[in-house]
Amino acid sequence: MGTTLTETIEQTPARRTTPTPGAMTRRPNWLGGLAGWLWLGIVVVPIYWIVITSFKAQATYYADNPFALPSDPTLDNYVLVIQSDFVQYFVNSVIVTVGAVAPAVVFSFMAAFAIVRGGSGRFLRLTNSLFLMGLAIPLQATIIPIYLIIIRLHLYDTLLAMILPSIAFAIPLSVLVLANFIRDVPKELFESMRIDGAGTWVQLWRLAFPLTRPAVVTVTIYNALHVWNNFLLPLILTQDPSKRTLPLALWNFQGEYSVNVPAVLASVVLTTLPILTLYVLGRRQLLSGLTAGFGK
Amino acid sequence: MSTLVTPVPPAERQGAERGAGAGPGRERGLAWLAAPALVVFVAFGAIPLVGVLLLSFTTWDTLGTISVTGLESWRAVLSDPGLPHALWVTFLVMALSWLVQTPMSVLLGVFLAGHQRYRAVLAVFYFVPLLLSSAAIAVTYKALLDPNFGLGAGLGIELLAQDWLGEPHLALGVVIFVVSWQFIPFHTLIYQGGVRQIPRSMYEAAELDGAGRIRTFFSITLPQLKYTIITSSTLMVAGSLTFFDLIFVLTAGGPGDATRVLALDMYKRGFQANLMGHASAIAVILVLVGLALALLLRRIGGGSSSASQLDGA
Repeated sequence: MGTTLTETIEQTPARRTTPTPGAMTRRPNWLGGLAGWLWLGIVVVPIYWIVITSFKAQATYYADNPFALPSDPTLDNYVLVIQSDFVQYFVNSVIVTVGAVAPAVVFSFMAAFAIVRGGSGRFLRLTNSLFLMGLAIPLQATIIPIYLIIIRLHLYDTLLAMILPSIAFAIPLSVLVLANFIRDVPKELFESMRIDGAGTWVQLWRLAFPLTRPAVVTVTIYNALHVWNNFLLPLILTQDPSKRTLPLALWNFQGEYSVNVPAVLASVVLTTLPILTLYVLGRRQLLSGLTAGFGK
Repeated sequence: MSTLVTPVPPAERQGAERGAGAGPGRERGLAWLAAPALVVFVAFGAIPLVGVLLLSFTTWDTLGTISVTGLESWRAVLSDPGLPHALWVTFLVMALSWLVQTPMSVLLGVFLAGHQRYRAVLAVFYFVPLLLSSAAIAVTYKALLDPNFGLGAGLGIELLAQDWLGEPHLALGVVIFVVSWQFIPFHTLIYQGGVRQIPRSMYEAAELDGAGRIRTFFSITLPQLKYTIITSSTLMVAGSLTFFDLIFVLTAGGPGDATRVLALDMYKRGFQANLMGHASAIAVILVLVGLALALLLRRIGGGSSSASQLDGA
């Protein structure tokens, strides 16, 4: 697993630039090409429609051809969305995402380090099996007890209520991926550091962490996308509108303005914009992040 | 934190470590590093998992006290015709979305692993659905498919202006289409990676033997992708149990209960009908279905390679 993920991260760009023609160049792949163009249409048509419609006035929306560019482009829809506490929801989403992903990655890294460096002990082996079990179970099934726990801890309607389960949900896969990478760090490096008098903590942050940085970035992106897009936890753990995150706000906004299609689509564009910006900035890293641990 | 370490008898710990050639007492120095992750995971992962089983033997309306009522919830849930229906809809969504996604993902993965020049340009757009949240995708398609305000009405085309989310069969079809729209890019990435690992020499040999494009695909590409297909299918099948948010926003399980999958059934019984005991029983069934599927797919996968990939997933 470790090596396969490294490959997705490091070799994809390299392979693109290698001059050797791939296996498939000799004869054109007609069927693949057809599927490729078909899929392009299926993806691009709705996205094009979302973007152009979000700039149309509600009044002209019905008059215009849906695929025509707006005859009288307007930002009114975006103004409406932003005036509907969008900034608050955005801030909530950022707090929950950062608040969950940073501890999740740090805790997972520490646990992965312990499992790799001392994993023959029974306690750490049990810990590892527990995390592996967490991978096989649909975690959505645990929301009722989570709801109960959050109420009993008096955390209902707080951002922390969404943060804590998000950390727990992120741990199993993060530990697995990070452990596979830490395992690839040569043991001699740890030994020589130890002989130089460096303790466990120093070995962890000065040696293992820098050497596995691509994996850390991948795991961070993967978890951040999942937390950012999570809908179920805010749905069951909040009631107060001021505690909503973006996906839940989007749903409420549609409930409120279902007739105003351009405004609903403007809210979709605005909630997606942060991730699209990241996609433009670092597409390869983001794509390898999306498939964290799954790339073969 | 030391209490977490104490359950391990020192003698056994040393024995295990000697076997692996590690110095004595090493685990003692490292175990505390795993403690924060373990505490959070136990509190919000393992305990809730045990808790859901316990809650399925209780009655709780989300406000009052929780009272133990034995098998009452189970009796109610198992005799409710809603359960087999939810299982059937879950199975339909699972099977049909697999049937749509797999051929398309294989074709696109093979296509993207090739070297047509325009391919890289197309690829930029391909993966955009992966970035959107299920809520955003569902909100978009709900607006797009609205019979009065959506795309069909705007274009004035009868065929497109149907009540897509109001007719049971159409709604199920829409769910499967939207699920595929969201997840084909992810599986395309997996297949693209798989195809790139097939040795070029195999294609050269096939070409020397005069095998055509289609023959090559079925005799080399597809068999070589065996483990990729198993990985991708495992993720598709396991993932289809968790389509809660997409279906919740898109159809809320309707019309009627046409798209009421198991996860939605759990939510509605628990958080809308306030029958947490019943909902917990459904949650236990959801876990059991998930575990059964994981075991089944591991068996179908056969060899150890697929098993290790499943561990990885």
